Amino acid sequence: MGCGTSVATETQVKQLETDEAVKSPSPALTMKAAVLIQRWYRRYMARLEVRRRYTWNIFQSIEYAGEQDQLQLSSFFTYMLDNFTHLNGNGPDLISQLLDPVIDPWLDRETCYKTIPIPESYTGPRILFPLSVSDTNALLSAFKEQQILHARYVLQLLYESKKLLKQMPNIVHLSTSYTKEITICGDLHGRLDDLLLIFYKNGLPSAETPYIFNGDFVDRGKKSVEVVILLFAYLLLYPDHMHLNRGNHEDHIMNLRYGFTKEVMQKYKTHGREILQLFQDVFSLLPIATVIDAKILIVHGGISDQTDLDLLGSIERHKVKSALRFPRRSLEQLDIGQSHRLGKRMRSTDISRPSSSRSYNGNHRTPTLRKRRCRLSRQDSGASTSSSSSSSSSCSSLCSPRTPSCISPQTYPSSPSTPCNVLQVPFLDSLSSVPLPSLPQQEREWKQIVDILWSDPKTQEGCSPNSFRGGGCYFGPDVTQRLLHKHGLQLLIRSHECKQEGYELCHSGRVITIFSASNYYEEGSNRGAYIKLGKELVPRFYQYQVSRTTRRLTLTQRVRAAEGSALRALKEKLFAHRSELMTGFLKYDPNETGCVSVGEWAKVLESVLRLDLPWRTLRPHLVHLAPDGSVEYQSCFEDVGPGAPLPQVAPTLAETLFRYRTDIEIIFNIIDKDHSGLISIEEFRHTWRLFSAHLGVAIDDRAIDELARSIDFNKDGSIDFTEFLEAFRVVHKLDSKDHQLSENADKEKCA
Amino acid sequence: MAEDIESEENENILVIHRKITAAFEPFDYESKNTVDVREIGTIMYSLDCFPTQADIREFIAEVEENSSGTVHLDRFMPAMTKVLLENKFPPIPRSKIFQAFKVLDKEQKGFLEPEELTKFMMEEGEPFTQEEMDEMLTAHTNRKENVIYYDKLINKLTADAPK
Repeated sequence: MGCGTSVATETQVKQLETDEAVKSPSPALTMKAAVLIQRWYRRYMARLEVRRRYTWNIFQSIEYAGEQDQLQLSSFFTYMLDNFTHLNGNGPDLISQLLDPVIDPWLDRETCYKTIPIPESYTGPRILFPLSVSDTNALLSAFKEQQILHARYVLQLLYESKKLLKQMPNIVHLSTSYTKEITICGDLHGRLDDLLLIFYKNGLPSAETPYIFNGDFVDRGKKSVEVVILLFAYLLLYPDHMHLNRGNHEDHIMNLRYGFTKEVMQKYKTHGREILQLFQDVFSLLPIATVIDAKILIVHGGISDQTDLDLLGSIERHKVKSALRFPRRSLEQLDIGQSHRLGKRMRSTDISRPSSSRSYNGNHRTPTLRKRRCRLSRQDSGASTSSSSSSSSSCSSLCSPRTPSCISPQTYPSSPSTPCNVLQVPFLDSLSSVPLPSLPQQEREWKQIVDILWSDPKTQEGCSPNSFRGGGCYFGPDVTQRLLHKHGLQLLIRSHECKQEGYELCHSGRVITIFSASNYYEEGSNRGAYIKLGKELVPRFYQYQVSRTTRRLTLTQRVRAAEGSALRALKEKLFAHRSELMTGFLKYDPNETGCVSVGEWAKVLESVLRLDLPWRTLRPHLVHLAPDGSVEYQSCFEDVGPGAPLPQVAPTLAETLFRYRTDIEIIFNIIDKDHSGLISIEEFRHTWRLFSAHLGVAIDDRAIDELARSIDFNKDGSIDFTEFLEAFRVVHKLDSKDHQLSENADKEKCA
Repeated sequence: MAEDIESEENENILVIHRKITAAFEPFDYESKNTVDVREIGTIMYSLDCFPTQADIREFIAEVEENSSGTVHLDRFMPAMTKVLLENKFPPIPRSKIFQAFKVLDKEQKGFLEPEELTKFMMEEGEPFTQEEMDEMLTAHTNRKENVIYYDKLINKLTADAPK
């Protein structure tokens, strides 16, 4: 018993002091001393673990909230396309180009890249097709030295990859009998360092070292272009030994939001658009699944109870350009047009519609399902869907993060009884209309693919649709068992979710998640891993962690770094919701004393931010307490502020800009076709009007014009939107100070 | 008077209950008020208790749901409340830890070599795992001299306790 031990130690130790036999303590004493130290140290580590946990909770919650934003962005694009064909007058609109599945035939011809000359001044890698080992080596060294491959080569590479991929089936079958061992890697998300580390540890792809990369090569990381070029180069070099599965981020709409589009445009100013177009085709041509020895199924996301491998093998996969432009018939089944209130945050993973593939389970031992499911409440607000909505069993509903209070300004014939030919799609705070579309067969096929790319395993039995976005599921152990049994398989390997150890088993070992981007959140946040599989088909796991510094970070340092980062993100969220929060606080503080109780403070935060976090535990990091123990609620906005002097805007508008800054930036970048950083006032007005109409922020034309005028600093009719947006980047006032402090602390620690 | 004492006690218990719930929640992934039995130690530590591994095992035996591997809050709460009220696993004062290190530091050098510490931590008492050992060594070995000054270690860990 605890007490017993410590008492004994105390007695013993006291004896020790009086005893000269310090030099040879009895074994019992040594043991007791050891136990004491172990106990004490473990307790310290446990407290660290708790901090780590709630840090993950913060990241996860915020990411999830960000995913909801992504939903809006996609709806907005759809809406823009349908209502706004020529945002910039002449020529094909980039949005149309990017969002419509129409292929520019020019890109299919070999001449598309041949016409691009390589200047004398080009010092980057030069490659020759058909590729040889020297070419891939050249690429490796070039990328290690931060060089950029010329657009001509990129286009040629993509063109050749497209030709090759066209010949591949949807499901690729491999055998271990001809190879030594197959290496299976998970998400890379543009982390070149991790890819290089894997190649270093495990060997470059070759006949002796075959690889399967299980999707999500791009987005989020800064070197997506380099990663995907290397993967395709090896694919061309060793088509029999290099295998790529499509992930949910191999999707041009996801790329718009999560960084790949931006990266391409930045690195390839002249030919970025063509490159992106080709990527769109190539991504949609990637195989959907790989099967090893007819025993192991490898897909990026997971499965659903509807997954039919035979059907999956037969469809034309390239027709599903993006999981996010779904065949609109399913919108119907999604009970669109009903306003919903999002209950609590759900598990922050896959969604068939816009979403991040990032999700976090803080615990690497038990697979988890995040707290509380999305509670849907239906209100028949007069917007209609066809009657099939009630019959769809696997249906799910689109939720709006804010209770939609108004219906789209569009007037369409709509009544509850007549099936209408438009659907009301919840977009931000209101509903926008999308014309109805197409065939049930198309939709079935689309769902097959989306389920594969977006689903997640869960611990409970059954298969629940991701009730938030109508595609992708949470599949239980029974679903796994059934599918494996049906096709004579024994194991499902998937990726799509970040795991602290780089991998995780669930469903009694029948499902393995493998994730290969280490330090995904933060330096030291997680390991990456890969699997090696030999003839006996027993997976072996290899873990690694890329480190920017040569010395290993201690858990304390990692936790502190992650915590700091999470708290900053949280504070930004608070700032971006300032007026709503203040309204909430004032309800509890009608006399404006500036204080509310801790419980009230927590309640307000919970209801405004809709983030399921342990607010009481976080309180010390976010607000000050008054001497009487109540919360000085204004202090949570102290540390953060705008990045540059704000233009004259109404406070609510300002907040909106803070919140949706990233999305607005994307839209501006799209409109700015010549990448000048400038858009015309007219374009600005148009876009903003559309955007704000759906935000439920009542802004009249005058306010928009004033806004436009105020940011047209040169008065030349164009707006430097980068400068504009800079004002709406939230910065942390204590930033440099913080950094200095933690650096000093770290230095001390290791002295 | 008796009423005051009683209500104070009740207040006290309320506070304790809230603490226990707050410590329990982060590990309750499926919102079913259950946690994996392997987390019990961590939860107890986070409530400022210092049980030994044996203590933890004993506690688990009391509260586990039929060797299901899970513990429900309904059983955890009363058991943990008792632990806290009785201060069953009180914190170890610094002086004691210091003495403990001194016992291990046979020659009273004021520090321990990494090999020495490893031997003790991994072979004696309730042994560390390799990971725990690596963490301790990485975090607290003096880089220049490659030894562990345990008084510094104690100070660091005590100071680093979160608010």
